[in-house]
This record gives sequence, C-alpha cells and structure tokens, in this order.
Amino acid sequence: MKVVNQALPSIDGKGLMLGKKAYTDDLAEPHSLIVKVLRSPHPYAKIIKIDTTKAEALNGVELVLTYKDFDRRPFTRSGQGYPEPSPYDKFVLDEYVRYIGDEAAAVAAVDVKTAEKALKLIDIEYEVLEPVLDFETAYENKILVHPEPEIHDMFPIGFDPKKNLAASYHMHVGDVTKSLEESEVTIEETFYTQAQAHAMLEPHNVNARIDYQGRLVLYSSTQTPIHVRRIISQALDYPLSKIRVIKPRVGGGFGGKQAIHGEMFVSTVTLKTGKPSKMMYTRKEVFESSYSRHPMRLDIKLGATKDGILKVIDCWVTSDTGAYGEHALTVFMVVAAKVFPLYNKVDSVRFHGNVVYTNHTPAGAYRGYGAIQGNFALESAIDILCHKLNMDPVEFRQKNMMKETETSPIFKIMGEGTEGIEMFMDSCKLDYCVKRGAELANWKELYPRKELGNSKVKGVGMAIAMQGSGIPYVDMAAATIKLNDDGFYNLMIGATDIGQGSDTILAQIAAEALGTTLDKVIVYSSDTDLTPYDTGAYASSTTYVSGNAVLKAGKEMRQMIINEAAKVFEVNPEDVEYDGVTLKTKNKEITLKELSNRLFYNKDQKQLQITSSYYGTKSPPPFMAGFVEIDVDKETGEVDIIDYISIVDCGTTINPMLAKGQVEGGIVQGIGMAMYEEVNYTKKGKLITNDFLNYRIPTRREIHKLTTEFADSYEKSGPYGAKSVGEIGIDTPPAAIANAVYNAVGVRITTLPITPEKILLAIKKKERGE
Amino acid sequence: MEIVNYFKPKTIEEAYEKLQEDPSNLIIGGGAWLRLSSKIVNTAIDLEYVGLNKIKDNEKNIEIDAYVTLREVEKHESLSNLFSGIVNKGINGIMAVALRNLVTVGGSIAGKYSFSDFITPLLAVNTEVVMYKAGKMSLEEFLKFRSKEKDIILKIIIKKEEVLGYYYKMKKTGLDFAVINVGVTNTAGYYKIVVGARPSLAAFAVKAMEYINSQKEITEEVIQKTSKIAIEELKFGTNSKASKEYRIELAKVYVKRGLKEVTK
Amino acid sequence: MKIKMTVNGTKKVYDVAPDEYLLDTLRADHFYSIKRGCDNSSCGVCTVLMDGKAVQSCSILSVKAEGHSITTIEGHQDEAKKLSEYFGHQGADQCGYCNSSLALTVHAMKTEIKHPTNEDIKEYLVGNLCRCTGYEAQHRAIKLCLEDEE
Repeated sequence: MKVVNQALPSIDGKGLMLGKKAYTDDLAEPHSLIVKVLRSPHPYAKIIKIDTTKAEALNGVELVLTYKDFDRRPFTRSGQGYPEPSPYDKFVLDEYVRYIGDEAAAVAAVDVKTAEKALKLIDIEYEVLEPVLDFETAYENKILVHPEPEIHDMFPIGFDPKKNLAASYHMHVGDVTKSLEESEVTIEETFYTQAQAHAMLEPHNVNARIDYQGRLVLYSSTQTPIHVRRIISQALDYPLSKIRVIKPRVGGGFGGKQAIHGEMFVSTVTLKTGKPSKMMYTRKEVFESSYSRHPMRLDIKLGATKDGILKVIDCWVTSDTGAYGEHALTVFMVVAAKVFPLYNKVDSVRFHGNVVYTNHTPAGAYRGYGAIQGNFALESAIDILCHKLNMDPVEFRQKNMMKETETSPIFKIMGEGTEGIEMFMDSCKLDYCVKRGAELANWKELYPRKELGNSKVKGVGMAIAMQGSGIPYVDMAAATIKLNDDGFYNLMIGATDIGQGSDTILAQIAAEALGTTLDKVIVYSSDTDLTPYDTGAYASSTTYVSGNAVLKAGKEMRQMIINEAAKVFEVNPEDVEYDGVTLKTKNKEITLKELSNRLFYNKDQKQLQITSSYYGTKSPPPFMAGFVEIDVDKETGEVDIIDYISIVDCGTTINPMLAKGQVEGGIVQGIGMAMYEEVNYTKKGKLITNDFLNYRIPTRREIHKLTTEFADSYEKSGPYGAKSVGEIGIDTPPAAIANAVYNAVGVRITTLPITPEKILLAIKKKERGE
Repeated sequence: MEIVNYFKPKTIEEAYEKLQEDPSNLIIGGGAWLRLSSKIVNTAIDLEYVGLNKIKDNEKNIEIDAYVTLREVEKHESLSNLFSGIVNKGINGIMAVALRNLVTVGGSIAGKYSFSDFITPLLAVNTEVVMYKAGKMSLEEFLKFRSKEKDIILKIIIKKEEVLGYYYKMKKTGLDFAVINVGVTNTAGYYKIVVGARPSLAAFAVKAMEYINSQKEITEEVIQKTSKIAIEELKFGTNSKASKEYRIELAKVYVKRGLKEVTK
Repeated sequence: MKIKMTVNGTKKVYDVAPDEYLLDTLRADHFYSIKRGCDNSSCGVCTVLMDGKAVQSCSILSVKAEGHSITTIEGHQDEAKKLSEYFGHQGADQCGYCNSSLALTVHAMKTEIKHPTNEDIKEYLVGNLCRCTGYEAQHRAIKLCLEDEE
C-alpha cells in the first residue's frame, strides 16, 4: 500500500503549531455578546424567587434568562443517535438545581466584567433541599433527584426516577450460582473507580450568529455536530433547516464534548437578540459543570477449577450518573460488553446493576466508556484468583482468553444500549500481544518482584483488554468525494476530528482508494450544511465506520473516472487501465488532470461526485496486552513507572505514528486514572479538585518510558484491514498497575486512584497483622 | 481580584506612602495568583522601578532583593554551590519555569504559604529578612511577625557557611504542591531540621534538634531517635491532599534520610 | 489606561483596564496562537516570552508587561515550521492546542540550556501540559529537532 500504513505527517499539524486561527473561539464574531451562567451553590435546591430586574438594568446587559423564559420541554444533552438510549431528564433551565454548579440563570452582556457583575445582581432565593450525595444509598432513597412528571425515556432502559434510577440492566448466560458452587476455587472482591475528569486543554466553548439568510450558525467545540443541531431544534422548538453547526479544530474531547454544553444558551441569546454571542467555560466550570467519568462500585465473584480454568464471572455494578442521565445505560453496558468476552470459555456469566441519580456533577461519555472501569475490576480480580491458584498471571490469561476465530455469547446479548449481534473474531492477535509483551517486560526474570536495595522494590503487572469498533446497525457514516479540475479531490466527511487525526487518516484511505497522493485530497469535515452524515467521534467508530464509507466512495469515484475515460477512448470500461494518474487503453491515453479539465470545461461536461454510506454489521474489537514495570519505595509508598509496554492489535494501522499516538495518549490518561487523578468533595457536595492546581493529570515528569508495538493483524471487514485504536489504550493501566503493586509489595489496592498513601498505609496495616 | 488603580512608584518611600493610603492597597509581586483572590483593591503597587532587583554575592553572604524572580535565584551559580544546593533545589520543585520567571522572592515569602518550597530550605540555612519599616530579623522571626502597619519586604540575606544540606519534597505529580517537605542541614556539626507543608507552615523540630545537637556521636540509633522525637513534637494534619497518619510516616522517613545524608 | 509594549518587534499601544491580563489583551489583538486553558497558571497553553523568558500570559497583568518586549509564536514562524516537521514525523500532532506554547517554550529552553538531556527537557517543559499525546512522541520530536540543530 502506498498511502495507507504509511507514517505520513498529519495534514493540519503545521498550521496549528504556527498559531493559525483555527479553534472555536478564534472564529467568534468580534463584539460577540458574552454569555455567563449563574450556577447553583447548593447540591439540591428549588428556586423560590428569582428577580432579574437589577441585572437587566445594568448598562451593557442585553438579556437575562431564567427558567420562566423556556417552554417546559425535556430533552437529553447526550450526543447519541436518535432515539437516544439516555433519559430525557433535562430542561434548558429549571426551577430545580441538582448539583453544585448546575445552571440557575444566564446573562448576555457586552463584556466579561459586565456579565459577571450582572450575575451578582440577579436576586435569587433558594429553598435548600437535602441532597443525595452517597451513590451507594441513592437507590430507593426517599429523596428523589428527579420527582418531576414530564421526564421520560425514549425506550425501556430501566429508567425509574421514583427509585432514583436513570437506568438499570440485567443479563446472564448459564447459571452463575450453580457454577460458583461447582467451582473448586472462588474469589470475591469489591472495587471502586473515581469520577475522572477529561481535562482536555481547550475548555468547552461555542459561539453563534445569525447569517445573512437568517439562519442560526454555530461554531462549537463538539464531537457530535449533527446531534447538537438536532437537540437544539428539539429543545428550542426551532426548525432543523434553520440551524447550522460547524465544528472547527477542537482542543481535545475524549468524550467530554460528546454532549451539549453552552449551545442552548448562545442559541437562545442570538435568536432573541439577533446579535452574535459566545460562551466559554472557565476551567472551574469544565470540572464542576460539564461531565465526568461514571464513578462505580463493582462487586465481582470469580470461580475456577484447581488447574486454572475460569468457569464463572458474576458482577454487580452500581454506577453514579450524577444529576442527569446522559450516557447512563450505554456506559453501564460497556463495563461488561467490552470486557467480559475476553474470557469467553466460561460456563456462566451474570452482569447486572443500577445506574443511580445523585446530586453530583453529571457523568457522561469518556474514552473507554465503562470498559476501563470493568477492566480494572475484572483484571484485578483475575490476578487475585491467580494468586489463590498459585498460578502465573500470564499463563492464566493464555489459558483462558479469547483467541482468533472464537466468539462469546455476550456479543449477541449485549450491544450498546440495545441487544448486540453475534460475532466471530476474524482478527484477534491477543496471544501474540501477551507473548510479546511478556518478552519485552522481561516477565520471566522480574515476576513477581525484584528487591533493589535502599528500601526500593521492582514489580511487574499486566492486564489484557478489548474495546469495539463502532456500534453495529446504529452508527452510520458517509463520505463525499468530488473531482476538481487539475485532478485533485475534495473529501467531505461528517467525521469529527477532535485531534485524533481522523481528517488525516480518512484522507489516507481516500488517497489509497483513488490511487493518488495525500496532498491531492483536500479534507473538509463536520459542517452540518456541507458534509454528509456521521455519528461523530465516539465509540471508536471513525476508522472502521467512517473509514469504510470513505473507502467505498473512493472506489466508486475511481470507477466513475474510468467510465469517463472509457467514453473518451470509446471503449468499454474494462479495457481501461488506471494507475491513479494516467488512464490508458491500447494506443490511447489521457491523464487525470487532462480528463478533469475536459469534464469541467470542454466536452461531455459533468461534475464527478459521489456520496457513499456505511454502517457496521459487526464491531470487531481491537485487543491489547499492557505490561507495567514499577519501582516502589517500601517506606513511603511512592511509585515510579519505569516502563509501560503496550502490544496492540488494531488490525492495519492506517497511519502507524498516529495510531501509536492514540495508544500512548490513552495509556497516559489511564495511568492518570490509575495513580494520580483524585476526585475529592467536601461533605456538602462541593468539588474540591476543580482546577489543575488540585486535580493532577500526569506531567512529563511521570512518564519515563512508553514502549508501544502493533501486532501484525488484518480485519477483513475493515478498511484496508483496520479496526479501531481510539479507546483501547486507556483500559489496562489501572489493573496492570494494581497488579504490579501487589506483586511488588503484597498489598491489593481496590479503589482508584492507587496513591502512595494508600500503598503505604496498606503496607503498615499488613505489618501490624491486621 | 479587581484592581481600580495601578501604580508603579519610582522610590520605596512613594511605595510605602501609597500602601498606607487605603486599607485595600497592596504590593503586587509577580501577580501570578491574583485571579485566585476575590478582593477589590483600590491601588495595586508594582515595585518594578524601585530598584529591588539585584542579587549581591558578597564575601560573607548573599543578598537577594525582593523583586528578584525565583527563576533568577534558582539559576544563581554561586548559590547553587552552597548548602548542597538545597535552596535552588527547593525552588526547582515549584511548578514550572514560566511561573518561576514571574513570581518574586518578596511575594513568595510575604504570603507565608504553608506549602512553600522556598521557605523550608531558607529556614534550614541562615536566612534573614529585611523590611522597610521593621528592619532586619531572622526568617523564623519574620514568619511569626505581625505588625499593625503594612510593611514592604526589601530583601533576604543568606549567610555563607559550610553547610551540608538535604531537601526533599514529597509530591504526587511533577507540578504538585508538597504533601510534606523536609530540609535538614549540618553546619559544622550543628543540625537543623525543618518540616513544612504539614499541612501547616514550615517549622523547626526544636526538641529533635536539641537532642541530636547534644549527642557526641551520630549513630544510626541517634538518627532513629531524633526522627521519632521530631514527629512527636511537630503538629501534622489531614487535608484533601493527605492524612495526618501518612504525613507522619513520610516525615519520619525523610528526616531520617536527611540526617543520614548530611552526616557523611 | 494606555500602555506601550513591543510585540514580535512591533511597537504597540493598548488601552487596558488595570486588572486586565496579557492573554486577553493579546487575543483581542488577533494573536490566536495564545490560548486560554486554565486561568491559574497551571497548564501552559497561554505561554508567551517576556524579554525572552517564558511567562504565562493568563497570570500576568498587561500593565506589568508595559515597556517590555513580548514574543509569541507569530514572531518565530520559521522555528515553529521546523519543529512542526519533526512533530509530523513522530506522529506528535494531535489536537494541537498546546503546540504553539510548547514551541515557544522550547525556543526559550534553547536559549538557556545548550545541550539539554532528557531530564532537562522534561523538567523545563513540565509546565506545558498535554492530555492527548502522552508526551512520548512530543519528546522524541523535540529531542531529534535539537540534535539535528547541533
């Protein structure tokens, strides 16, 4: 292949480093009204009085909005396909505020200072209500986060707000109780994961204007422009055809921008005033008032034979979706759907639990999307089982894990929000990944530990993971390719580049299919007026689903060109040879450049353009094995990550360097969740870790070495053999590190993050014999 | 922080007068963390033109003016060759280069921040603070000093001595505040032990110092006992960063390691 | 209040409030390379050079910068182009939001440290957070760029 699987530089990196105008705020209209939101200081309260007269009277204030200015129409902010598997439980503004940071009112003014002053002038009185702050007591709590009658689900998802349930789910294969009874060895453990923050460097922001055709045009830092457009239309009852949403360059999303943020407010302000407006979240607002990962409690039971064959997985999960239910059911299901099939030889599996409402910052989509929580619990539990069996953890995986051509009954039962489909692993190089990882990690020498002297000890740990590639029969993508004079192409795609490089890799796929070079494919993406449909950047769908659409379009365009040349040569298309630059037959030839000019200006003129669509009929999982080497100071609990080794099977790497970047970025985010990113609240429910001074993401100092390799793998249903690589990197670090810590110092940390304090205090406890 | 007027005086006298004019007036150092404050300030006073921006490397001491940035101190070669470089090491652990290019010596001390990585090593060596009205005093006295009138820090003076030094900041990530920090020095046989970010302000482990400085021979046993006395006399606390129990364990270990390091 | 400063060699006069930050003043003057990320000097995407030294523009009052010389990446385009080539080859380009400030900080590092080691580089750039790349590819690119310059 000439373009695919080549480490070509991204098509946009240079311009961004040079500081060109490219991101959402760069494109705001000058003199946009500044929109600021008054946020609730209480975790749960009712607004009993709100008087905006003083605020409105302030010089420079254009508009003040309260819940009285909106029709009472519930919607979901979740950026998912319609009908969404998330409850319609949000109003643009409501009488009730349900978490510290929730929206109580909004102001539009000429500048930031005036807007902030106006917020202080809003006369607001709250009736403070008792909140639900402990997610473990939320279910059937007498305090209801959502007592209002108008909210509803779009189809059954276990939504039962009278019990504080945003969703609930149950599945089973076989009989877990029986299998556990029959197991020779069983283990049982409970794990907790925290409400990790995305911490993308560009805060959520959006700006709006009315264009000369009287249409509402938004530039939004979003992962799902099409869903944003639809949700605005629904919530504000404004015609879909009069809304345009454009996604410019985005400074990171990771799922945190797969939902509405400020779009409702700027849309309302601009529609009411006719003036352009913009809203940028402060970093504090990003932490407190956007979304987080779903914190969970996972109760796992495993059963196996004496010689290490895993027989049963039984898992109950309570997930805290916070004040609103965006992504509640779907994240929950992925905890099992994209983790448990790793051990497909079990007799029985049960997975069930609740997604509860609490008065916390809402949880939403976040890279891994449940798989990282499930992976932490299951892969830690597997290691606990291995120790009870006195069996090498690598050996145990090799005995029990998924192999190529195999399947799991879970695939058919569990989709994402709905049922799944049966799937056989046409490509699964997990065995290679584990073997190679163990080799690079020096597992035989180092497992479980090596004393280093000076109170330090080296430990190694590992975990395996899988994810998915789009949601079959739900995620659809389309691509348009247009031939220009001079023989270059426009590639119009809905696919949303949020920094993961989709513009580049989709152009590579197009160039390969068209037989041309990358510089001849000009990409334009994510404009609801000009680009065709794409679900958006989530579910690891871009390479596989959008890629297949681009591949189809490329092949069809190529054929269209051949057909035109055949007309010129007056032969049958089968008699035309084409290498991407020149078309030949017997004794005639014409270059693409010449043909394209002829098609525009000279003879048999027509515009060659094709739009092709694709939706997946399967979701072939990428796989990986993660091995970590750590040095632990036994006297202080401090941990140094010496090397994190990732061996990944993502099928063909469309761009090996960009794919590596996706894995490494995911690994470091996973390491952050595993070790550094603490989420703390006051007793009253206020987030303490609400800025970068308090919420610690990994810095360059924490990352010593990352070793990343790709397995030689090919998925025939994927574009040029590719699967996906956007999320797989994040899943293994929490379990791999927890396992390494156990191997190094003999303590099992079951709550994230795994801090030096937890390690040391556990060591001390063990020394005291507790 | 809301600032109504901004004033860059030409002399320290002008600055001092302006400072007293209004209770909300204050001196801006680098001004890096003004955003974290919700105060309304009538006049913010910037000492940029007052001439407090030199480091004087004298024979017996180093004088560092209040408006010198922490980065300039960090890079000062003569200072880095003194006290096993612990002052420079302490500064080096403070956030990032870009912040240290902005924040000043005066601003870093005036705040008496309990998490300060600057104050701990300065306490462990021989440091004095000079103020415009209150004059010269030891850093230890300065930390306890309260005056009715607002004063201006002019400079710090660090005495040049033969010191073996140790400094450790326990932190969770590269940019983080200290969970605790420990400074230990041995000046010709005289030991000083300072523990900061407990989470409270850096303080001497007085009893521990009394004990070790009364011993003829510094054995492993003596070091263990000194460290034990230190953690018993100092007050440790719990906050969202760490628990009291953990801080005590850390202090015990790092005081010990520090004492070992400077007793070579 | 009216203040004077030089930006990328050009003399500028800005009309600012006393509590206005340099980040806002410069962005209002169309310097898009400087970004807003955290509002309290903890992420690095707003980095500019003041008299050649890296500072965080979100935390420096515009009045404090009066009389000084400010540089942004718009004033170091050739250097940025060169570094971006290395970024491209190492796959270090992701969302790009931290890239301009990173390039500027690398420039500042070059003026202070002649032959930076791996540790020197990580330490100097520790204040430039990145959430996309995991730092590894950026580090390779920067190292190779510096090595090739020698």
